[in-house]
Amino acid sequence: MWPDPNLKVATLVSVGQHPKSGRARRAEQDARAVELGLKMAGTRSRLVNVGAGDETGLRQYLGMGLPELMQVKAGTEADAVPALVEHLKTHPTDIVLTGIRAEQGEASGMVPYLLGEQLGWPVVSRIADIQKIEDGKADVLQALPRGQRRLLRVPLPFIATVDNAAPEARQYAYGPARRGQLAETNGTAIVDEARLEWQETPAKPRPKRLNVVKAKSAADRFKAATAKPQGQGGQVIRDGTDREKAEAIMELLISEGVVR
Amino acid sequence: MLLDWLLPTLLIAALALLAIGAIRRINLWRAGQPEAVKLIAGLMAMPRRYLVDLHHVVERDKVMSNTHVATAGGFVLSMLLIIPVYLFGLESRWLTIPLLIATAAMFTGAIFVYRRRRNPPARLSKGPWMRLPKNLLAFSGSFFLLTLLTSGLLPENFLGVWGGWVLTAILLVGIASGLSELLFGMGWGGPMKHAFAGALHLAFHRRPERFGGGRSTGLKPVNLDGALGVAEPKDFKWNQLLGFDACVQCGRCEAVCPAFAAGQPLNPKKLIQDMVVGLAGGTDANYAGSPYPGTEVGKAHGNPHQPIVDGLVNADTLWSCTTCRACVEECPMMIEHVDAIVDMRRHITLERGETPNKGAEVLDNLIATDNPGGYDPGSRMNWAADLDLPLMADKQEAEVLFWVSDGCFDMRSQRILRAFVSILKAANVDFAVLGNEECDSGDVARRLGDDATFQSLAKHNIATLSQYRFKRIVTTDPHAFHVINNEYGDFGGHYEVLHHSTFINELVEQGRIQLDRFKGGTVTYHDPCYLGRYNGEYESPRALLKALGIEVSEMERSGYRSRCCGGGGGAPITDIPGEHRIADMRVDDARQVDAETIAVACQQCTAMLEGVVEPRPEIRDLAELVADGLVVEAAEPGPAKTRPAVEEVH
Ligand code: SF4
Ligand code: SF4
Repeated sequence: MWPDPNLKVATLVSVGQHPKSGRARRAEQDARAVELGLKMAGTRSRLVNVGAGDETGLRQYLGMGLPELMQVKAGTEADAVPALVEHLKTHPTDIVLTGIRAEQGEASGMVPYLLGEQLGWPVVSRIADIQKIEDGKADVLQALPRGQRRLLRVPLPFIATVDNAAPEARQYAYGPARRGQLAETNGTAIVDEARLEWQETPAKPRPKRLNVVKAKSAADRFKAATAKPQGQGGQVIRDGTDREKAEAIMELLISEGVVR
Repeated sequence: MLLDWLLPTLLIAALALLAIGAIRRINLWRAGQPEAVKLIAGLMAMPRRYLVDLHHVVERDKVMSNTHVATAGGFVLSMLLIIPVYLFGLESRWLTIPLLIATAAMFTGAIFVYRRRRNPPARLSKGPWMRLPKNLLAFSGSFFLLTLLTSGLLPENFLGVWGGWVLTAILLVGIASGLSELLFGMGWGGPMKHAFAGALHLAFHRRPERFGGGRSTGLKPVNLDGALGVAEPKDFKWNQLLGFDACVQCGRCEAVCPAFAAGQPLNPKKLIQDMVVGLAGGTDANYAGSPYPGTEVGKAHGNPHQPIVDGLVNADTLWSCTTCRACVEECPMMIEHVDAIVDMRRHITLERGETPNKGAEVLDNLIATDNPGGYDPGSRMNWAADLDLPLMADKQEAEVLFWVSDGCFDMRSQRILRAFVSILKAANVDFAVLGNEECDSGDVARRLGDDATFQSLAKHNIATLSQYRFKRIVTTDPHAFHVINNEYGDFGGHYEVLHHSTFINELVEQGRIQLDRFKGGTVTYHDPCYLGRYNGEYESPRALLKALGIEVSEMERSGYRSRCCGGGGGAPITDIPGEHRIADMRVDDARQVDAETIAVACQQCTAMLEGVVEPRPEIRDLAELVADGLVVEAAEPGPAKTRPAVEEVH
């Protein structure tokens, strides 16, 4: 059934940054999204990038065997979201795939949510695979922590972010990367005012909270490493109104000191 | 008599068929890509290349070499005489007596060919090659007899009427079968094709530098704006196709190929024959030699315009090669297997993006971090944090630029590097390193077919090197040595490059370091392919070992016949499974000479051979052996320090 000739897949790609050398490259999660797009729609799946991204980095996506990458020119200071919304409104699309967050710049991971909000499409986060599409609905396999999976049925069109659990991106090759077209269009360039005021400093590694496991045997350790965390004071709220659920979340955030 | 008109007819027919076949064959080669050759100079040089260079290789097998001289020399001479005598009917003792001698020589040679064919070694191909000696005998025997009979050297009516007819019939059969094998078969793809294609291959060889005792081992530069690698047989250069056609299926390459011996799916002879199938079109059903281990013969098919991978050759075959060049060194027809293999790999990597196993990751790392391990490019000098090495960037000028190579990221290789630094310091050599400015040499990328990455690394390194003044580059890595020495030149980098074994040996000869005698047991020396066959350095390492008082117990396969450790050509990265591991076989070679230590001269060899399970001989790099044996000038003897002794009271 794959690749599906009628399916319209667009993958939003950004220029990544190698963690050691800082060099521009294809972003790892975005590349996995491209791989998934290739599986579903073959070389007809579209690549979209907003901004004045580095050419070497972008060409690595073309090196995966796609003939064209649409580069929506919006300037380095522009907000990517309005340009993408405009692009997606004018180009019929069934599925939008992208990584969870960019490897450089703001990297807030907000783009898919903002797009979903403005287009009115569902957003599925951290998917590992899309298994099939039937009657306008896709069976999407979502990756949960510790190797768990959840199967969701999502109506088209939708937006999905691709988790590291998805199949690894194929090798990019020099020949197709060189031949691929970087097609440029001009997009809505709305300057991201808020961001202009920010200052950037290199990130410091965050201290990790150690999880002390008091296990006596290998089996115990294995369980501790793989089992779903049980309870731990958490609470699953199924009933109640949205407002009550939101209040419960707010309460938790205040008690954890996230919101003051 | 009957022969008077039949023989010239047969001769003309055979010669005509040869000509048609030859033109057809030449057109098959012309399907390849253009490559400029010196037409006249090449043809003029051909006899010398045959008599000197080719025989230099053939002579490694003395009997076979004499056999070939007699048979081939006899054949060429007899053909040159048969045409005037039997086609134009010239009658002269000056022609017939030499013809008798020539055919007799050829007959003698053919007997030896026949004898070898009775119990052929496994490396020889059977099939049509089995009938060749019979036809050689038929051809030379018949023409000898015929000439004897018609030369008037025998009394009149020697045989009587009936005897004459019987003999004529026998002679006719002999002549017909001989001519069809030797002339018709030569043009139409029979075993004798090797003579025709082989002669032209010698004339138009792609690496003419190899003749006259020269060496040419660097890969040819690739134009990245053109076709990337070889996808179909027609993408080879025309003279590469010609070279494939020259193969005599002697299997010498097969006998020395480490991948074949390890049971990996590669047999260089079969590969060349598959290329012949590809250039001529058809299947490998008629191939009668050893297969690729684990692969059935008869399934491969191809033609000049069909992709090679998928159908003709499996990608695994191409990725099994360690680029050790043992096959090239051994091939009497001077065929360039490694060039062909890397050409095909280049297509797989640069066009298909299908470098197997860790290949993609290594290439990605090289692109992103300039080293195959993906380490922080700013951490290149961590290995020498305590050594206080002079940096080129600070000094600008030094006698020796020490090329550290990616060994700096590997803990085992670091021991070799540190040993070499201690030697440099002991000899007071004025040296400096590039530090973080150094990038991978590009060797692995290129052997994996990624010439784009190779070129970007090479150009980057050349630009870096051009900023500084130094007399020579010295490195402990034979791969970097080969690439900088033989392959950077095409991109404008010309340097005097030395391998550390050569350099240390120089220091010893100049008396700049003193060495103690080595006190271990039996030592053998493993020649790294990229030092020996690629660069002809067999002597310095041995001289150095001798300076340490070591008498090397040579392994059966050493020097130009050294067996690869399995580490070259990216083979450990692509890691194609076989039945054995090449490194195990190499260590077995060393065990056979009861070596307790294997001296090596390459960090890759060290890694491969040390990967063999214990108990096995110890693996030591030359630099380590020398560093251990350094006699350090005793420092000014200071006042003797005496410490109060601690006594045991009870
Ligand atoms: S390639 Fe060379 S060594 Fe190998 S079989 Fe042919 S002629 Fe012999
Ligand atoms: S280069 Fe070495 S491994 Fe490759 S085919 Fe030749 S002999 Fe075999």
